[in-house]
Amino acid sequence: MLLQQIINGITIGSTYALVAIGFTMVFGVLELTNFANGSLYMLGAYLSLMLYLATGNFWVSFAGSIILTGAAGYLIERLALRHLRQKGAPKLSALITTLGMSMLLDNLVMICFGSESKPFPNKLDFGRFTIGSAVVSYTQVIILAVACILMLILSLVVYKTKLGKAMRCTAQNMEAARLMGINTNQIIAMTFVIAGALACISGTLVGMYYSSIDVSMGSMIGMKIFASAILGGVGVLPGAVVGGLCMGILETVVAGFVSSGYRDAIAFTVLIVVLLFRPSGLFGKKQINKV
Amino acid sequence: MIDKFSEFLLVHKKLLLCLTLALTAVFPFVFTSQYVIRIATIALMYVVLTLSLNLISGMMGQVSFGHSAFFGIGAYAAALTVTRTGLGAEVSFLAAILLAGVFGALLGLPVLRLKGYYFTIVTMVFCEIIRIVELNWMSVTRGPLGIMAIGKPSFFGFTLRSQTQLYFLAVILVAVAYLVVHNIMNSRIGNAIMAIRDDELAASSMGINVFKYKVMVFVIASMLAGLAGAFYAQYTGYIDPTNFSSVKSNEMLLMVIFGGLGNAFGSFVGAIVLTIIPELLRGLSIYRQLIYGGLLVLLMMVRPQGLFGSVNFKYLGQRMGMGAKEQKGGETK
Repeated sequence: MLLQQIINGITIGSTYALVAIGFTMVFGVLELTNFANGSLYMLGAYLSLMLYLATGNFWVSFAGSIILTGAAGYLIERLALRHLRQKGAPKLSALITTLGMSMLLDNLVMICFGSESKPFPNKLDFGRFTIGSAVVSYTQVIILAVACILMLILSLVVYKTKLGKAMRCTAQNMEAARLMGINTNQIIAMTFVIAGALACISGTLVGMYYSSIDVSMGSMIGMKIFASAILGGVGVLPGAVVGGLCMGILETVVAGFVSSGYRDAIAFTVLIVVLLFRPSGLFGKKQINKV
Repeated sequence: MIDKFSEFLLVHKKLLLCLTLALTAVFPFVFTSQYVIRIATIALMYVVLTLSLNLISGMMGQVSFGHSAFFGIGAYAAALTVTRTGLGAEVSFLAAILLAGVFGALLGLPVLRLKGYYFTIVTMVFCEIIRIVELNWMSVTRGPLGIMAIGKPSFFGFTLRSQTQLYFLAVILVAVAYLVVHNIMNSRIGNAIMAIRDDELAASSMGINVFKYKVMVFVIASMLAGLAGAFYAQYTGYIDPTNFSSVKSNEMLLMVIFGGLGNAFGSFVGAIVLTIIPELLRGLSIYRQLIYGGLLVLLMMVRPQGLFGSVNFKYLGQRMGMGAKEQKGGETK
């Protein structure tokens, strides 16, 4: 029973982790709480489904949806946030802009596709096997594998490539990065594209896992992404992964053994308690106040 | 344009103030439609919420996404007092204020030590926790069914029944909230929290007990939100957890930012305008939220600091030679 809950938790947690990585990357670069991230997750799932219904080929439509959602992330940055940065607007206005964008996306999808939940084809349904008393489906294994591979690739990109170095520079100090010849606008746009693509992949995987999607899935996951990211420590990639997994496992274990109604409340309370003892999250660096 | 308008406001301040007060007083007698009075009352309730949130987020610089938690706690406290004990509104309002204050302290004491965005997200999460508890604690809150048939507020045996009477109750609440915020901002506490907003480290090195002031102001703002909640519960007569979700918190924060962070006058404008706009868009039904989101993005592009965010009425008054005492709103950076 416990094993089963943990396996389910890891599956759902790894999808949180994927979105949280995108969120935390944007946060690292801009110090911006991106409210639109959950909407991109929902948009990605919807685009995958709609392209699939239009073309009939799932994998092509999945790829197309990743590109389109990435583009949507890019547009949020290009059309609104860059403009605000150039104006030197306060950080809060960028946050409100993402909130507005999230409302725009949610309602646009709702108007176009309707608010009822839609059945989603599970193309990863290859059966199931048992470990002890726990039943594991291959869908879960594949979700976890995809998440792990993506996290690995992203860590390699961020810590080993020139692009990653430029990202980390921009995150540390945007002015200095620009002086060193880094096109910071391009780097920021890049992180938004990555965040969009990850959200889309995660949304589609969750759609396949639950075999249904609906418009409110974005706002439901939104807060969990924030919670995962700050549990691990914002701006730290491994932190987002661990935070996401912890949230997922905590949630399913609480739902299984304590109460499914209070599931999220207990998970969030644990988050607050953790922050009391480690104010910068599990992996966050302690901030030093500079004058 | 806003600067010109603000100067105009200041020059004709006394006249405009009298006009506004007169308009507020005769409003329910001029517009006799129940619907219009209802919107006005709700707008006034939002003014209380926006003023109190502005105190935390604008004047103290701690952006909170969880204000509707306290609104909800106040509403449930009042609703339970009225329906379970049958005591009057004076008790239920007091219970709401106290309970919201206690929860404000419970959240504030541990969480106000956290840095900027951690605080923001934890308040958001707190709001969700409270909503989930309201949704699941069936024996007390009746969960998703909500609490029905909450009696209209009755003070010492005198029950306010008509829309007009309730409207004036809302006016009194706004006056109370404004007085609280105004007095805080023109006292030592006000100076201290503005110093905290501008630079926490500098403030603490000047001998300001940062944490103490943060908790104090946070609790006061929570109490004001609880007051608004108590009014809401007894005004509408029905509450359920969906009224106190994070969507409501976002709405309140939008009102604050729309009017301008740290500007009390802006809070009035933000709350009233953003209560009226959705009502005007009601005919567009499904496109409403879409347009609302679009307007928001547009406002941020055109005026990222909100309508009156960059207007410092105190400074403007001094510059125009009218003396510092004459200013109406709070102040901004």
